[in-house]
Amino acid sequence: MNHSGSSNNGIIILDQAVKTYVMGAQDVKALNGVNVSFKRGSFWAIMGPSGSGKSTMMNILGCLDRLTGGRYMLEEQDVGTLDDDALSEFRLRHLGFIFQSFNLIPQLTVQRNIELPLYYLGWDAQRSAERARELAHSVGLGDRLNHRPTELSGGQMQRVAVARALANDPQILLADEPTGNLDTATGDQILELLVALNQQGKTIIMVTHEDHIAQFAKSRLHMRDGVIERMEGETDAAR
Amino acid sequence: MRHAKWMRDIHLGIENLLLHKLRSFLTMLGVVFGVGSVVAMLSVGEGASKEALEQIRKVGSNNIIINSVKSVEEETSTTAQVRMSLYGLTYKDHQRIDESFETIKQTVPVKLIREQGRLGERSLELRLVGTTPVWFDLVKRPLSAGRILIPSDVENKAAVAVLTEFGARRLLATRNTIGQNLRIGGINFEIIGIVQSEGGKAADIQLPDQEVDAYIPMDVARFYFGDTSMKQTSGSFELKRVELDQVIVEVDKMEDVEATAKGIETMLGRFHNKKDYVMSVPLALLRQAEATKRTFNIVLGSIACISLLVGGIGIMNIMLASVTERTREIGIRRAIGAKRKQIITQFLIETVVLSTIGGVVGLGLGVFIPLLITFIAGMPTVITPVSIILPLFISVGIGIVFGLYPAARAADVDPIVALRHE
Ligand SMILES: Nc1ncnc2c1ncn2[C@@H]1O[C@H](COP(=O)(O)OP(=O)(O)O)[C@@H](O)[C@H]1O
Ligand SMILES: [Mg+2]
Repeated sequence: MNHSGSSNNGIIILDQAVKTYVMGAQDVKALNGVNVSFKRGSFWAIMGPSGSGKSTMMNILGCLDRLTGGRYMLEEQDVGTLDDDALSEFRLRHLGFIFQSFNLIPQLTVQRNIELPLYYLGWDAQRSAERARELAHSVGLGDRLNHRPTELSGGQMQRVAVARALANDPQILLADEPTGNLDTATGDQILELLVALNQQGKTIIMVTHEDHIAQFAKSRLHMRDGVIERMEGETDAAR
Repeated sequence: MRHAKWMRDIHLGIENLLLHKLRSFLTMLGVVFGVGSVVAMLSVGEGASKEALEQIRKVGSNNIIINSVKSVEEETSTTAQVRMSLYGLTYKDHQRIDESFETIKQTVPVKLIREQGRLGERSLELRLVGTTPVWFDLVKRPLSAGRILIPSDVENKAAVAVLTEFGARRLLATRNTIGQNLRIGGINFEIIGIVQSEGGKAADIQLPDQEVDAYIPMDVARFYFGDTSMKQTSGSFELKRVELDQVIVEVDKMEDVEATAKGIETMLGRFHNKKDYVMSVPLALLRQAEATKRTFNIVLGSIACISLLVGGIGIMNIMLASVTERTREIGIRRAIGAKRKQIITQFLIETVVLSTIGGVVGLGLGVFIPLLITFIAGMPTVITPVSIILPLFISVGIGIVFGLYPAARAADVDPIVALRHE
């Protein structure tokens, strides 16, 4: 039980994490023995060349995929032991996702998009609407509640996505290239939003391949061929 | 609280369907026509069987009616000036039938005479029915006034008559009815009662009574009018001698009716060397009619089922397309934390809402069509609670059955694949 990986105070701990994709005859080891522990309140940028395993790592951290080897501890829970419903529940309660392509539901209004996690949490319509309004306000879109995503700019859409990711008040935000589809100025605004959230105590893990973007994070982790190449910044929490 | 949640889910489902109004409408049409045809079929079938029951009631489900007829050989005989024909059921036949079968409850002999009835200055061609009080037991008709024939009328050979309401109205007009003297063939009959008559035919079954009937005791009929009657037709006389025109038999139990009819036929065959009688068994006729209707209903029912099936497949097809189209949405929902069964519920609700609205519209159509059938073809149709509730259940069921597979496909969407940015 008292495994070496879980002895420290990490909110996210990968212990000998292996993810193997079976591709015909040969196997692809997208993660090849990753050991890492992210502390509560940290802000990490995961970097690395294409194909190095960044997205795979995010899918694992986001409880969207399972390891083929090793162990993933999230909020002191061994994720590998959870069934599909429990994984969903875990995402719903502990995680917020921000995607490169925003991933808003096009036919729903801004308000409905932000309310989505609350709907699955079983909140009633009135409370959800209040919370959605607050969040929209906090990301500077208080006057866009009844707009559809298609009526918004890229930056505005990503703000909606941030608001949605915050709706369930998660401890951990996972952002996969959150500025990939935005111009630099707009991207910087989104990152400032993330920095502010991190200062409020959220743990943030962000994938990016731009050094400029990675500089907003407190720590940086470089991947290569499914393993951690090096770490920089506030790295005391990682081993 | 649960209730509010469901209302909200249904509301969300409707919102989604309204995003593609034309598509939703076209998808719904299959169920509309399917349910419409089921409702229409049920009400036509129901109307037909109700009519059949009505006929049983009028004729008497346990009755067997035997009529005297001129046999075929007789019909084609000589062209002499005076023809004499002698045929039909005899008093002896009646007695034998009455005594030979355990299954028979009672029988009634019937002698029919066409005579003019006069009352004051009014007259009407009557069908005199010489019979016994049992008649009124077998041909149950409501009594409007006075009384029916009773055994003492028969014993006393009383010249009394029971009229039908129709006949009474024609002959008596506004005058006080009961107790009047009706003159038939030179004899005065006292009118003792008036019954309502169904008269004529109910669909394909001849009813035993007619509107111009006057019921008198059998022996009185025999005494005054005899068994022989004469008819003049285009220069030739025709004498005919018929003892009884009809015998009506009531069988105790419905299941014995057909066997008893067979037995009577066999027995009569032994004593008649000509086939000068016909038997009609209303029950058998009705059975036949119902069998035909059942076949008709099965055919209609199969067509309705096929159209429901087609409607269901149409819904499934569109929902599968919708799942493919909304893969990304499903992926987003799953990533956020929606469980598989919540995705299933979402899509099932959309399908069920679609099929149920289709069902309700179809119900409207299915209620309207029978009204049209009744109006145009005069066919009886009946809308029962079952024919309304059943199609609603069916349409909900179609939504579930044909929505389950697309919904399961939706739940199987892998969020990683769905969200992989292009
Ligand atoms: N679903 C998959 N099936 C097979 N191989 C995959 C799959 N996803 C990723 N890979 C492989 O795993 C490796 C890591 O991919 P990925 O995590 O997407 O890298 P990155 O996001 O850093 O570009 C690559 O070689 C990629 O081809
Ligand atoms: Mg990637």
